[in-house]
Amino acid sequence: MADLRVVGHGLVPPPRERRHLLSIADLDRDDVERLLATARSFALSQARETKKLPTLRGRLVLNLFYESSTRTSSSFEVAAKRLSADTLTLKAAGSSVDKGESLRDTVQTLAAYEPDVIVVRHPEAGAAHLVARATTARVVNAGDGKHQHPTQALLDLYAMREALGRLEGVHVAIVGDVLHSRVARSLVQALRLVGADAILVGPPPLLVPELAPCSHDIAAIADADVVYVLRMQRERMLAGANFVPSLREYAARWAVTPERLRPGQLVMHPGPMNRGVEIDARVADSDASLVVDQVRAGLVVRMAVLYDLLTAGPVPVEAAMEVA
Amino acid sequence: MLAGPVGRDDLVIRGARVLDPVEGVDAVLDVRVDGGTIAALASELDANGHRVVDAGGLVLAPAFVDPHVHLRTPGREDEETIATGTAAAAAGGYCAILAMPNTEPVVDEAEQVRALRARAETEARIPVGFLAAISKGQAGAELTEMGALADAGAAGFTDDGRPVASAGLMRRALQYGAVTSRTLAVHCEEQTLTRGAHAHAGRVAAELGLAGWPSLGESLMVARDLELAAETGRPVHLMHLSATESVGHLRRAHERGVAATGEVTPHHLCLTEEAVRSLDPNVKMNPPLRTEADRLALVDALRDGTIAAIATDHAPHAPEEKDVPFEAAPFGVTGLETAFAALYTHLVLPGVLRLETLLERLSAGPAAIFGLERPRIAVGAPANLTLLDLDRRWRVKSSGFRSRSANSWLLGKRLHGQVRLTVAAGRVVHET
Repeated sequence: MADLRVVGHGLVPPPRERRHLLSIADLDRDDVERLLATARSFALSQARETKKLPTLRGRLVLNLFYESSTRTSSSFEVAAKRLSADTLTLKAAGSSVDKGESLRDTVQTLAAYEPDVIVVRHPEAGAAHLVARATTARVVNAGDGKHQHPTQALLDLYAMREALGRLEGVHVAIVGDVLHSRVARSLVQALRLVGADAILVGPPPLLVPELAPCSHDIAAIADADVVYVLRMQRERMLAGANFVPSLREYAARWAVTPERLRPGQLVMHPGPMNRGVEIDARVADSDASLVVDQVRAGLVVRMAVLYDLLTAGPVPVEAAMEVA
Repeated sequence: MLAGPVGRDDLVIRGARVLDPVEGVDAVLDVRVDGGTIAALASELDANGHRVVDAGGLVLAPAFVDPHVHLRTPGREDEETIATGTAAAAAGGYCAILAMPNTEPVVDEAEQVRALRARAETEARIPVGFLAAISKGQAGAELTEMGALADAGAAGFTDDGRPVASAGLMRRALQYGAVTSRTLAVHCEEQTLTRGAHAHAGRVAAELGLAGWPSLGESLMVARDLELAAETGRPVHLMHLSATESVGHLRRAHERGVAATGEVTPHHLCLTEEAVRSLDPNVKMNPPLRTEADRLALVDALRDGTIAAIATDHAPHAPEEKDVPFEAAPFGVTGLETAFAALYTHLVLPGVLRLETLLERLSAGPAAIFGLERPRIAVGAPANLTLLDLDRRWRVKSSGFRSRSANSWLLGKRLHGQVRLTVAAGRVVHET
């Protein structure tokens, strides 16, 4: 836990001007360290009997989800509630979005409630940027198109550090459909920020050489400390899409199976998993899998993000002291 | 080929640096306009009772010609009209513009051209030429009646907004061009390579997760159309070039003697894909902003004349369509009111492009491509003049446009150089 020594002293407080979390590109290494340390202190608070903290009492966190989501929307909602904030979660189905209202109009309508934070997920890149332009609230991007999903990358870093005790020098193989993955884009940037590195492995049409070194050979995962498996999106495999000939061919060559892993390698997946396609069920359920840790990390990291955006002070002292 | 108001204003512009690089004029002179025609060019002219404009310290140049404007009329008058679009052009120093036919409906019948020209006579602030479609409905299947359209006054032909996907149809259009002697302008895009794309296929799009529009999507079609031009012996005009490879094809075609011309927009000359990192829909255009190497290749081509014209590709969009997530936004930005200042600020002031070259590519270059009379400062020429204050700094504001739309990539930016006075077809059409 060498990197956690900084907690309690030496952490740079967040800047005071209005901030958003739209992209990992908005952060520097100090920001990431501060967020992970804050998350750690919240993790300790979650081990207590009373899990609720008064920190954000009276604040309103608005969750605006234009795409289906289970873990991200629930985790933001619970995170806000654990910090005593009020929450309002709107999903596209059943709202005025169904009636053709534009994103800008929806946001401006909801702005009447003066939310402190708007968490937004949307199928189009740039949606969170639009929300940031249209309101005075702080905005957290919970996924926009194939662009970014920064809280996912932060929780992945958190789970990796908890499991490995470090991030510096960690080698991660990201396997699968990188091209359509906002998770991969955010994670590659985040790994680079903390001194870790990534290799992308999968079918050539689904790799993005501009992001990181690539290999189409699954054997390239051998050197990795962490094998990060991306979800194969079935719609990408429809006839005529031609990214790969078939799911069967994909699974045969790139599925992460027990045979393809070496002992000691950790496996991560952002969920939801397609067992038998990109990941073998035996791997998903093995001790090497950090999937459940990732979900748990999601809660405390999102608490940290909300806390960080709404307060300019240092990490909650009591909890931080326990870590130090 | 142009339709619009013609004036007979009387005017003396005193003490400007008169700069017409094609006529070889560069001197501090007075210019007298009698009844809309340049009557005298000398130092210390008698005012003759005319209105006098004191232009000391300013530059007087031939007014500009924009070969690529979307007036959105008919069909989307909420975005632009003939009146607002030509007022914007006048404010930008233009004396003539060419309007694209990708309206709703598409301009593909002679009667539509006649109707638009009639409207321009009463509504336009400066003369306008209307291009007609190459294919009916711009559907790429059947040729329009190009002869009848030319007779009705079409200023040229284009399916702009989309390519002529069929090489066979493009070949026929070029061959038939001999009948109309009008310029064929092409939007070069191989759509099987660009479908669903939102930005240049490069590092930025890869990092942002945007589907990429590769340079090859343009240059393949440029190569095809240049080969067709060579084979048919008919000229082709390549619109809004964006890629190094396209410029290379055009340069080699010139060396082989192929009659081909090209245009480039201010935004492709000033911006790169890096601008897209903002995910601001006002930097989303087709073709997309490309790399710094591409930008420099375009500047080089403009400097050496491979690309003879600057075209704004002024593309107004309603805020409810443009102020949406980047991926949902339509392509296109406005440009008429900012073109000169943007290029003066980004290219002339840093010493990358000579002022004389910029003025030529904004005026004589595009006029020649479409067979329009060249705006010139010479005795006996119709007065088409723009008076430029190179020292004036101004900030681009959404409330400051004459255009009905404000989807400019320059919002909030400070620019050097302002158009103070525009004379188009013998009439003062803009003054600040």
